[in-house]
Formats: sequence, C-alpha cells, structure tokens
Amino acid sequence: MPYAEITSDPLDPARLLARVGSPEDGAVLLFLGTVRNHADGRSVSGMQYEGYREMALEVLGRIAEEASERFSTPNLAVTHRLGALEIGEVSVVVAVSSPHRAEAYGASRYVMEEIKRRLPVWKKEFYVEGAPEWVRGTVPPADGSPAPHSGAGDP
Amino acid sequence: MRVQARFFAAYRELTGASHAEVDLPEGATVADLIDTLRGRGPSFSALPPKPAVAVNLEYAPPETGLRDGDEVAFIPPVAGG
Repeated sequence: MPYAEITSDPLDPARLLARVGSPEDGAVLLFLGTVRNHADGRSVSGMQYEGYREMALEVLGRIAEEASERFSTPNLAVTHRLGALEIGEVSVVVAVSSPHRAEAYGASRYVMEEIKRRLPVWKKEFYVEGAPEWVRGTVPPADGSPAPHSGAGDP
Repeated sequence: MRVQARFFAAYRELTGASHAEVDLPEGATVADLIDTLRGRGPSFSALPPKPAVAVNLEYAPPETGLRDGDEVAFIPPVAGG
C-alpha cells in the first residue's frame, strides 16, 4: 500500500526509504526536492510553504495510489513539508521500489508531476533583496483529474 | 443555505480573510458563490472571476451545486514541490 503524508516537521529521507523495498524489488529510488538559493536571476534566502492541509493529504494520497496502480509499484512513499524552510532543506521526498528500474523511475516522476499540477500547496519566496512573492503556480484542472499524458507506458 | 468559504495563500492576502460565511439561495452553484463574494466589496472583487475551487476537499467545476454546510475553498495556482 502506498503511503502519503503532509507534515510541518523536518523531513528524514531515511524514514521514507525504510517504508519501501522488498525481496522482490531490485530497484529502490529516492527523490528529494530541496529549496534552492536562486530564482529567475534573484538570490533567494528562504521559502514559506502553505497548504490546504486536509485536502493536500487527500490529493497526495490519491496521487500515490494512481502512481502505484499505473506503474505496479505498491511500495511507494511520499511526504510533503509545510512551513518555513531554509536554503537546502528538503520540501518533498518520494521513495519507491520496484522489481526493475523503469517502473520506479516512472512512478517517482508521475508523483512529482502530479504534485506540481494539483497539490493544494503554495510557496512564498523570500529574497536577499526586495519583498517576498508567491511563486507563480499552475492552475489545477477544474475537476482535479490526473493528466492524460502521464499514464503507464510513457517514455 | 449557508456555506463556508476559505481562502489560501495569495487569495487570503487579496481578500484579507481566511474564512467567510456566505448565505445563498437554494440551488446555488459554485459560480453563484463566486459572483456573490465578488460583489461584497473591493477586497473580494479582487478575486478572479473563474478561480479554481474545491468543495469539501474535492476540486469542483463552476457548475457544481452547493448544499448547506459545504466548505468551499478558493485555490490559487498551485506551487508544491
């Protein structure tokens, strides 16, 4: 069963990694999203993540289930952090294992693309100089449906 | 009926509110709620005419019918990751 979580606590990738892997799996993949120190040529000093927490948990759980079904990867765990993060801190972790590597890469990519499309989370970027700004986001699909292009079998 | 509107991130800053109670006639839709709110004054009229919306934690298109007690969240363009 896939695992999904929204938290305000610092993320420990090893904890997510421990939720995946099995004797049948020959590939274990770990993705970390981290806060970078630049955006559009400006120096960034930190990031504030805000979420619609109850809905974000539902949506993230659904994304994890979709990835597991599409890529036959039940051993999948994802967590997204909220709150104030410093440069280099981890904002999202995706851990997935599969018998062969292609499914793990596909599932990990799917989870991240769908997070970007429809997870109700926002981030305010703080700059070394000037006022903070909300990061320009993606308009989510009106019915919340997954992207048709991100199914199993995509390259 | 009465519904609870919620505003997040940029929309919370635009409206200056995180919540609003809104009374609507029976049979009202998400689109009716948006029109009603945008008529409430300068801060709410700053909301876009067709924002993404979630009803009771599910994304919902403008024609979605509302019921008493629904929670309707206004979802700015998302930027997770």
